Amino acid sequence: MSFFQAIRIALETIRVQKLKSFFTVIGVMIGVTFLIAVVSIVAGMSRYMKDDLIGKIIAVNSFSLRRTPDFQVGDVTQATRNEWRRRPRVYEADVHAVAAALPADVLWATESSENLNVESAYARPRSVQCSTVSPGWFDIKRMGAAQGRLISIQEYQLGTPVVVIGKDVADHFFPNLNPIGRELRIQSIPYTVIGVAEAQGSVFGQSLDKFLVAPDKSPLNRWVNPHSVVDAMIVQGPTDAGMRDAMESTRAVMRARRHLHPEQPDNFEMETSESALDFWNKIQSYLTIAGVALPTVGLVVGAIVIMNIMLVAVAERTREIGIRKALGARRRDILNQFLVESATLSTLGAAVGVALGIGFAKLIAALSPLPAAVAVWSIFVGVGIGAGVGMIAGIYPASRAALLDPIAAMRQET
Amino acid sequence: MNSTSVEAPLTETAERRVVTGTAGATPESKWVIVTRGIKREYDMGGEVVRALRGVDLAIARNEYVAIMGPSGSGKSTLMNIVGCLDTPNAGEYWLNGQLVSTMSDDALARVRNKEIGFVFQTFNLLPRATALHNVELPLVYAGVSSDVRRRRAKEALEKVQLENRMDHRPNELSGGQRQRVAIARALVNDPSMLLADEPTGNLDSQTSEEIMRVFESLADSGQTVVMVTHEPDIAQHARRVVVLRDGLISTDDTRDAFVARIGLGTQHA
Ligand SMILES: Nc1ncnc2c1ncn2[C@@H]1O[C@H](COP(=O)(O)OP(=O)(O)O)[C@@H](O)[C@H]1O
Ligand SMILES: [Mg+2]
Repeated sequence: MSFFQAIRIALETIRVQKLKSFFTVIGVMIGVTFLIAVVSIVAGMSRYMKDDLIGKIIAVNSFSLRRTPDFQVGDVTQATRNEWRRRPRVYEADVHAVAAALPADVLWATESSENLNVESAYARPRSVQCSTVSPGWFDIKRMGAAQGRLISIQEYQLGTPVVVIGKDVADHFFPNLNPIGRELRIQSIPYTVIGVAEAQGSVFGQSLDKFLVAPDKSPLNRWVNPHSVVDAMIVQGPTDAGMRDAMESTRAVMRARRHLHPEQPDNFEMETSESALDFWNKIQSYLTIAGVALPTVGLVVGAIVIMNIMLVAVAERTREIGIRKALGARRRDILNQFLVESATLSTLGAAVGVALGIGFAKLIAALSPLPAAVAVWSIFVGVGIGAGVGMIAGIYPASRAALLDPIAAMRQET
Repeated sequence: MNSTSVEAPLTETAERRVVTGTAGATPESKWVIVTRGIKREYDMGGEVVRALRGVDLAIARNEYVAIMGPSGSGKSTLMNIVGCLDTPNAGEYWLNGQLVSTMSDDALARVRNKEIGFVFQTFNLLPRATALHNVELPLVYAGVSSDVRRRRAKEALEKVQLENRMDHRPNELSGGQRQRVAIARALVNDPSMLLADEPTGNLDSQTSEEIMRVFESLADSGQTVVMVTHEPDIAQHARRVVVLRDGLISTDDTRDAFVARIGLGTQHA
């Protein structure tokens, strides 16, 4: 008997008992639905991370020199934490020494941030992430002004109390007003708004436009960091290779300034977009494990259900099996028939699950900030898993059917 | 009748052994069935039921034989062995020159598919399949392609005058029609013999006669037919009647001798 013949028999059997077939594969269907939905969402987040988020948060070909990692995930041991706490801060003096060793085509800027209380005459006070930055920061971030202008070199040098604000900050503090030239009070110190930055969009529903930037020599600086300390020095090479060279010379300068012996590890951090991606990859692996483990439970339950239903089917069709054997079906014909039936059933369930999973992912993407990208491989894996589960679940019932004695089987009353 | 007909009652085992031949020897090619000392026992939890106690039987090509006997005499057991659904505990069974009594399950399945057409008392059609599909089944397991299968199944249904019932399911057919579908199914793969176990057991007497006419015409056209029945009325349609009693052959007659001996003819006259 050919494979296609076996599939035809299976489809026929499924056709005449649609509802029962549906309940048989519901476990597999749900399992595959979850698998596809989770994989699609993780894949969507991943693409988003790589294409949008990392590019938005971390400028291209750039790294930041800082005391401890900004992105951290997973198990950071107490020993590591203690080591971080013992690290010296990054001082302006360090920054100047590093900058002196960088080639001319490498850009750099400092950045220090704190959430501070901000007031205006037109709205409720609010906490805003306030950063003080040095010249070059806007260039590295490739950030321009949507209204007004950016900070001038004189304002940097003089530490003039001016701010460039994000779009959300402008909307909140100056509703229906032009914010340019108006006053914002940060920790009660008056600042003049000189520009509104181009909209930066959002990440996972978190707006990237809730910020405020002032020159590093302005009075705000003493609120964001102790004197002469910076959170980070951002360095941007002209190319990826330029960035790597800059990282090496930065490392050399920093190690020399801190008198580190060759066997001692760095006591500072240089984070690139790769570090952020590492951080994301770790999250992704946790999500993928969860996204695979949960459906697996569904699939195991689904397999047990299919096995039981197939055992019932074999019992119900004992007479049919006897007749087929009497007419010349060999053991392997009967075995194949039930294996194919079980696998076909389960594959159909999985295919429905794939469709539902894609639907789910799109629905979640539409209703929440989570993005979704359907991974083509997951469709094949989903359908393949369906077939596999059906096969495995079918082995025992099918072999029971194959071993039936035709005489006894034909005697069974139906 | 032809030369393979049995002349007188072969009641003595010794006489029949002359016909069936010596153990191990391949029978002459005219014999479709040769059994030599076939025994079949069932172990019923300590108590052994001896269903067949040494059956020697030879049936030639083109014969139409009835196997008769009271209930429990071993007819179905013999039929199952002759039909390769079961194997004997002892003795030899040669089918068409092949020793089948020692074959594996799968080899027996092949022999059933190629050599034997079954007709059962309870029809044994697949309830969800159409008449045509039921008739196609043996060809499915013979590996015949679907269009050839379809054509041959149609031809077989035409032979039993059911060409206009091809798309009916068994529950849409009368008992006689179902049995004719079963006969078409039995014939579709050109078997060496048609093997029927109480083919009229579930039919009224008029329908039984109709089925007997089908058997008659098949026998006329040269089909070897072996039919198990406990009804002398039915048995007398065959051209040779073998009577089983307690797992042994008690008589083996031509139809005329059988009818004359048990006086059936007078009943019908
Ligand atoms: N599967 C079986 N298990 C046990 N005993 C059986 C089995 N099949 C038949 N028998 C016994 O073998 C004897 C012959 O049975 P059977 O061949 O069915 O006779 P018949 O068909 O002539 O009525 C009976 O005593 C019956 O009880
Ligand atoms: Mg019987």
